[in-house]
Amino acid sequence: MPINYYIFLSLALFAIGIVGVLTRRNAIIIFMCIELMLNAVNLLLVAFSKMHHLQLSGSNAVAGSEGQLFVFFIMVVAAAEVSVGLAIIVMLYRNVHSVDVNFLNRLKH
Amino acid sequence: MNVLIISAVWGVLMMFSGVLLKGKAPIRILAIAGMLALVLVNVLEMQGIKIFHIQTEGLMKYDRPALLFIGIATVTTFLYLLLSARDMEKVGAYNSEYFALIFFIICGIDLTSSFQSLLILFLGIEIISIPLYILTGSDKRNLKSNEASLKYFLMGSFSTGLMLMGIALIYGARASFDLSAINTVVDGKTSVLLTAGMLLLMFSMAFKASVAPFHFWTPDVYDGAPTVFTSFMATVVKAAVFIAFIRLFSDAFGKFQPQWQMIAGILTVATLFIGNITAVFQQSVKRMLAYSSIAQAGFMMFAVYSMSAEGREGLILYVTAYSLATIGIFAVLIKMQDYTFDGFNGFAKRQPLLAATTTIFLLSLAGIPLTAGFIAKFYMLKAALAGGQHLWLVIFAVLMAAVSVYYYFRVIQAMYFRDSETDAHELPVSLSFKWTLVVLAGLVIVLGVFPDILLSWYYF
Repeated sequence: MPINYYIFLSLALFAIGIVGVLTRRNAIIIFMCIELMLNAVNLLLVAFSKMHHLQLSGSNAVAGSEGQLFVFFIMVVAAAEVSVGLAIIVMLYRNVHSVDVNFLNRLKH
Repeated sequence: MNVLIISAVWGVLMMFSGVLLKGKAPIRILAIAGMLALVLVNVLEMQGIKIFHIQTEGLMKYDRPALLFIGIATVTTFLYLLLSARDMEKVGAYNSEYFALIFFIICGIDLTSSFQSLLILFLGIEIISIPLYILTGSDKRNLKSNEASLKYFLMGSFSTGLMLMGIALIYGARASFDLSAINTVVDGKTSVLLTAGMLLLMFSMAFKASVAPFHFWTPDVYDGAPTVFTSFMATVVKAAVFIAFIRLFSDAFGKFQPQWQMIAGILTVATLFIGNITAVFQQSVKRMLAYSSIAQAGFMMFAVYSMSAEGREGLILYVTAYSLATIGIFAVLIKMQDYTFDGFNGFAKRQPLLAATTTIFLLSLAGIPLTAGFIAKFYMLKAALAGGQHLWLVIFAVLMAAVSVYYYFRVIQAMYFRDSETDAHELPVSLSFKWTLVVLAGLVIVLGVFPDILLSWYYF
């Protein structure tokens, strides 16, 4: 399959994530949209990794492996972010009993 | 490399210190001693003595600018801990964890100032950001702190998403994450993938560095976070992001400068304009300092814009001057009960020494001669002028610096020329706090008169 299909698929996923972050008001859903953005990147990295491997494996047997390595780092960092992010949302919920980001306008004055 | 490993180990040590040590004082002393140790091992590394010999496979390079900036970051953090460690204990009950997170942030700063691969850049930025989300929300009962941390978290991970997309696109174009492999021009043109990736990376770095028009989270987050941690975020962390910014754009995209220079120029102008003009209308000193940090980021953007040796020297000088002055002002601000401008009325009569040092810091931020801020601004504008044909940008920057004098001098005016109607009080200040402030003010003036002291480390 041509690489363009993968690029368009992950850009579409990424755009859905961005639109979700910008329009949704529920903190958990915004959070899920950010995860969607990260996973779109993972998909793209794996696709590019395979592409580079097919192109360059003649001269370098491990060509393209860096991309897949990067995906693991993104997954680990995303997990760390999730744990901190959910803790922050729980902390907010304890104080205002809501996860609606429209509550977050007290600082603007 | 010394700082990276020792700060990671010391961070873990700090976490256990909360269980093993009784009382607050031993934990605080352990943290300050650890930061002093980081300063010393970094000086050793600059002299060529490496404690750890680790093969980095080209992922990191501890060259002169990297080591110098790590030195600056550790020294300013050390001074910050000396001034504000007691105030950190008042935020919440988890003082050993706050210190541990500061050590982990230093770890990330070590990575972002020495990276040679986009992988390390990403890891460094995240290691800086995630502890900061926690520190921003550390005042758990305070709704403003909660809000600030959620906002910072959502904005921060959004910009991380943009950065990762940029990295993935660049990987598609170049088949490598290595900065030097990216910085090659094939057949005199660049692919669409590379250009798009470069723009996404520029925008996400602008997000992290709070450069307009990606600055909108900054005032709210800096205002809502506990003041001790705002001080750290606005100085050491912001400086580290700018060092990463300039390293990325010189080592990876230096050869594509004609493509991004105009955008960097627009970002510079927007940041200077929005930061300075909005700061004029603020009523709270803390919020004014948040906007002032945006305005100062505009000046730091000149280094990215001009991308010359002079600009890099100037950036080192600028981040040092800015960090020292801002840490000092925030340390005084923490002691105030009232964060409005009126809270500073009659401050010079109540605390003459604190008022005098605060004045020096404010003069440095405004860029008055004989202070480090002046010589730093001078270097920046000189670098922009040396590039030629950008005279209007320099004129605009000087005009905006003149605007900034208004809001910095408002504080000085309140301190010296107004009397307090109410009997305002500050928290008691210790003698060591005063002496550390005097040392900070002394450093600001010495750097303003002899900037070569710092810059000579850059080359030798």
